[in-house]
Amino acid sequence: MELIATAFAMAYQFGDAFAFLVISCAGLAIIFGMMGIINLAHGEFIMCGAYVTASTARMGFPLPVAILCGALVAGIVGMIVERTVVRHLYHRPLDSIIATWGISLIATQGVLIVLGSTMQGIGTPLGSIEVGERSYSAYRLVLMGAAVALLSGLYLLFYHTRFGVIARATIQRPQMAQALGVDTRRIYGLTFGLGAALAGLAGGLYAPTMTMVPTMGATFIVESFVTVVVGGADIFVGAAPAAAILAVIRAALTAWYGQLFGQIGLLLAVIIVIRVMPGGLSAWIKRTRQ
Amino acid sequence: MNRSDTPQRDESIVADTTLERRSSLAIWVSRLEGPQTMGRGVLFWTVAALVVLAAAIYPLFSNPFAVGNSAYFMVWTFMAMGLGVVWGYTGALSFGQTAFFGLAGYAYGVLTINFGAAYGFTWIALLISVALGGLLALLIGYFMFYGRIRGVFIGIVTLSVTLVFETFMAQTAGPQWRIGDARLNGFNGMSGMPPLTVPWPGGDIVLYPGLGLYYVLLAMVVLCYLGLRMLLNAPFGNVLVAIRENPERAEMLGYDTRAYQMLAFGLGGALAGLSGALYTAWGQYITPSSMGLTAAALPIVWVAVGGRRDITATLLGTLAVLFGFQSLTVYGSQYALIVMGALLLVTVLLTPEGLFATAMRWIGRRFKGAQR
Repeated sequence: MELIATAFAMAYQFGDAFAFLVISCAGLAIIFGMMGIINLAHGEFIMCGAYVTASTARMGFPLPVAILCGALVAGIVGMIVERTVVRHLYHRPLDSIIATWGISLIATQGVLIVLGSTMQGIGTPLGSIEVGERSYSAYRLVLMGAAVALLSGLYLLFYHTRFGVIARATIQRPQMAQALGVDTRRIYGLTFGLGAALAGLAGGLYAPTMTMVPTMGATFIVESFVTVVVGGADIFVGAAPAAAILAVIRAALTAWYGQLFGQIGLLLAVIIVIRVMPGGLSAWIKRTRQ
Repeated sequence: MNRSDTPQRDESIVADTTLERRSSLAIWVSRLEGPQTMGRGVLFWTVAALVVLAAAIYPLFSNPFAVGNSAYFMVWTFMAMGLGVVWGYTGALSFGQTAFFGLAGYAYGVLTINFGAAYGFTWIALLISVALGGLLALLIGYFMFYGRIRGVFIGIVTLSVTLVFETFMAQTAGPQWRIGDARLNGFNGMSGMPPLTVPWPGGDIVLYPGLGLYYVLLAMVVLCYLGLRMLLNAPFGNVLVAIRENPERAEMLGYDTRAYQMLAFGLGGALAGLSGALYTAWGQYITPSSMGLTAAALPIVWVAVGGRRDITATLLGTLAVLFGFQSLTVYGSQYALIVMGALLLVTVLLTPEGLFATAMRWIGRRFKGAQR
């Protein structure tokens, strides 16, 4: 019994870290993988999703509906941002980072001014379950399921729908896709919106577990950036395995030394990974497959 | 020929081979103007000298608070010029200059609290802190550039470094976190370290924020600016620009681009460290938030708005944005950050070269037109 309880504790730690990494990096990875743009306002889209989720949930809507509202609003905001700013910077990737950082500064401070330094959050639902002598949050188990569902959903979207085919064609050969009649600008717009909506979803999913402050996006960005850097350009063969590996590192270090060392371990991992496999895991996996 | 308008022209890479044999001093002085920096000729240097003169007599017509404040502005210019070299000249966008700033700031604090200010030790502490900032930058630069990552990834790695540094320093609250006599104090940061002190017969001169520190900093800014001009117009700077314009071609020409990028990054880190140590000495405190997300964004704003591809534009732009930022802060610091973000957006969308660089080019063309 003792052994099972310990094993469950470790699996729970790992699953929790894996879910956090996958959910928080999905939107960033989609936008980076498809468009080559690093969206530094990623954290602010997460914040947007979390705020919308919390306010709709407090209006009395059930939590899943509220989370979807958060994702939807973040997606719409993302499409507006793409239309007004990012669209003009596709040929200047470095400048698009700077521009999205400008957006992030405006968003964080704007929310601080308009809504104040904190907002009333929503409690974590579903209570807890007991395994052995320790109790675990059931909602975190739901999050783990959500991470797996998210990955499968994205896989289906990109490999088994018409949008997925067109989107992948647009990334691989934009000119060719255009010649075949694809409106590439619309695809880029939709992809950016999808990335932003996924960020909003992350915010919505984690809203019940966090304090609602305008800078809450910052708690996500280091982890999501690290995952994307280690993973490389492809979300399925890159970001997902990267999240698994980093989750092991983080769960182990967090269990032994605490939260901070988990984060430092991630940073060291990323620095070593970029040294030994430039292009990240996805480039390495693709190369070894050939 | 108006060579300064097209700094990326190919002959700039080989321009130095046509120089006659001269003493090395004369060569370095001649590099004060060249293809990689705007501004040349008698008129430019006359204006520059007048500006320095105006800065030198400015304290006579001002109050001590304003002088201390101007010193505060100058503290930051080193980090901005370093970022200009790394981002504008070498093309590696670093978001993490604040990591080197913070490391050097804390190092200055730890060293001076432990060893005191006697015998001019504060200056040695300053040098050690700057060296530490430079070494950390070299180390990170080694992993990044020899790992051949480029573009947006450099930004992400450097940003992660500074954010993790911030998190680390913010949790050093307990009494177990001490280096010698220096408590790190977690989120509240360190304070109580001595300011820069010049050993002097008949009593040390302590450089509190005020007249003395102002002149020391002014001299350092001028020296650093001239030194960077010479370095950027030297073969080293030409290679950096070549790497920015076309890394593959620079490599084909036989330059080890990784080493050049790493050295430029180290230089940027050392300059950020200089700002950090001077900042700690100026205000006698340093907090983890000086490495946070907002702090990391500020150098980017200064350099982007000023103009990253010219060291003069970077310097002037930084001072102007700092001044504007502080004037806005009087009306409410919350709004100042929004204005910063908007300024960044507008600059990137409308004048990608930077407001000051664009304006300087425009003025330059006016003068050329008038002379013809």
